[in-house]
Amino acid sequence: MTVDVRTQTPRLRRSKPARRWAVPYAFLTPAGVLFVVFLAIPILYALYLSFRAMKVTGGGPFGVREETWAGFENYIATFTDSEFLAGFGRLAIYGVIAVPVTLGLALLFALLLDLPRVRAARFSRVAIFIPYAVPGVIASLLWGFLYLPSTSPLNWVLNNLGIPDVEVLTGGALFPAVANIAIWGGVGFNMIIIYTSLRGIPNEMHEAARIDGASEWDIALRIKIPLVAPALVLTGLFSLIGTLQVYGEPMTLRPMTNEISQTWVPLMKIYRDAFARDDLSLAAASSVVLALGTLVVSIVLLRITQKQAFGEGQ
Amino acid sequence: MTAATETSSSVRIVRDSGRHEQRRRAARRPLVGSAVLLLGAVYCLVPVLWVLVASTKSNSELFTTLTFLPGTGLLQNISDLFSYGGGLFGLWAWNSLIFAGFGAVLSTLISTMAGYALAKFQFPGRQVWFYAILAGVLLPGITLAIPQYLLMSKIGLAGSYWSVLLPCLISPFGIFLARVYASSAIPSETMEAARIDGAGDVRIFTSVALPMMVPGMVTIFLLQFVGIWNNFLLPFIMLSDESKYPLTVGLYTLLSKGSGTPSLYSLAIIGAAVSIIPLIIMMLVLQRYWRLDLVSGGLKG
Repeated sequence: MTVDVRTQTPRLRRSKPARRWAVPYAFLTPAGVLFVVFLAIPILYALYLSFRAMKVTGGGPFGVREETWAGFENYIATFTDSEFLAGFGRLAIYGVIAVPVTLGLALLFALLLDLPRVRAARFSRVAIFIPYAVPGVIASLLWGFLYLPSTSPLNWVLNNLGIPDVEVLTGGALFPAVANIAIWGGVGFNMIIIYTSLRGIPNEMHEAARIDGASEWDIALRIKIPLVAPALVLTGLFSLIGTLQVYGEPMTLRPMTNEISQTWVPLMKIYRDAFARDDLSLAAASSVVLALGTLVVSIVLLRITQKQAFGEGQ
Repeated sequence: MTAATETSSSVRIVRDSGRHEQRRRAARRPLVGSAVLLLGAVYCLVPVLWVLVASTKSNSELFTTLTFLPGTGLLQNISDLFSYGGGLFGLWAWNSLIFAGFGAVLSTLISTMAGYALAKFQFPGRQVWFYAILAGVLLPGITLAIPQYLLMSKIGLAGSYWSVLLPCLISPFGIFLARVYASSAIPSETMEAARIDGAGDVRIFTSVALPMMVPGMVTIFLLQFVGIWNNFLLPFIMLSDESKYPLTVGLYTLLSKGSGTPSLYSLAIIGAAVSIIPLIIMMLVLQRYWRLDLVSGGLKG
């Protein structure tokens, strides 16, 4: 890269070292301002709100609502709210299905794509990545219609075989049905991340093993998977964070089934408390609990896997 | 790296097994592999194909004819869709494009500048910034939507385009990726050489660093574009005026109204079909610019 020297005047050049220290801060300023305004301040504001409460004083139609300090009242209410806890329970069932299946399929497809001489690799890679372009809400809409007995192709096949409709959106099938939407949307992206890191493994590594007679299965298990472990940790982390914030999918499915309550997952309950019940303090406390929970889960995951996933240093 | 030692030991283990049989298995395996891959492809394509087929059906055909048989109502559905609510669907599509387009361009630039500063400069507070951004990556942004809404309504911006656009501009993950990319793509010697030649810091950034960061920027742009396009909760909370909705929120309201009136079902279906086509085309066209190794490469540090 060449830089035109003639445009620089000597005077400018001399004055530069004096303000050199300010340069990185100048580049960081736009991000910094936005970070403070849209991340830091809302976090602090949520914390503040979570310790406040609206108290009605006076009583009767002339009671005045005023804001007061509430201490840990909202947090106690959050942790003793059976619906909020049940929401976490449902989230756990959903996550136990969605996260391992997404990662398992993503790893399987990535390893298959990386096999030498595999057929239809290009087509499959693109096809499996396509759902990433479909917003979660629209994916839920598509799958919702595929689940709905009156429009489901599965039921059409079953009915023609003389078997009655299968209800997907009720009973025990509901969790796999909702998880399936997340799996469908998530496999492709995670597959590509794992696949690109597989491509980053030097070829000599498998060549050497292959010459020594190792099967592709051995190569995958003993060479490839250990080497892409950091990518697996990262994709696992993002799947987990995604699971804790699931909202759009069950919301979209609600009109199609009676089984999804208004408070089916924690974020739905937070939304209801804030907007339908106007209890902002409780919603703020629940948000803080959810955010801290996510942070703790992420850190625990990173600790367990012992990977410096976001390796700082250099 | 520990991986190197691991590899050599695994090679030693497999050496003992019969070489001939291993060869044969290795040559045969990809067929099963291809079959599994094709199954995955079918799984991923079926819902998309279904919505494309279903969008050709008129309302009565939707519930009566074979699901994968095209219907006769495509043109009627399209004209119904674009005339719904006096052209609301067109507005939603336009809004999605504005939010995702402007949001992604600006946040890519902001992330690139911040990533460049964090990667290529030593300064007091650098470590603090890095951990703040890392915490931002791990924190579910969506849990901030309610306090963001409250603050927006305090300054009178709730319900405006800005209330959706501005929070999208800060992307901790984008900054993180930009930092990873800048530290590997921009040699410090090149910057130093430009400095000795008398280039100012702005000039070094625009003529030396930026061109080297383009592949990383494209990836950040695409990730942000898809992320904003797919966002639901933020616009759902911030906006109340139907004409400002993006596609996700618009189609959601269409569907939830449709539960009472099944005639809206076919509108929701054609709406879903029309709104996923442009994004799928964009992904297919731009797929060779995706540098997702950037995402996994960030782990090697």
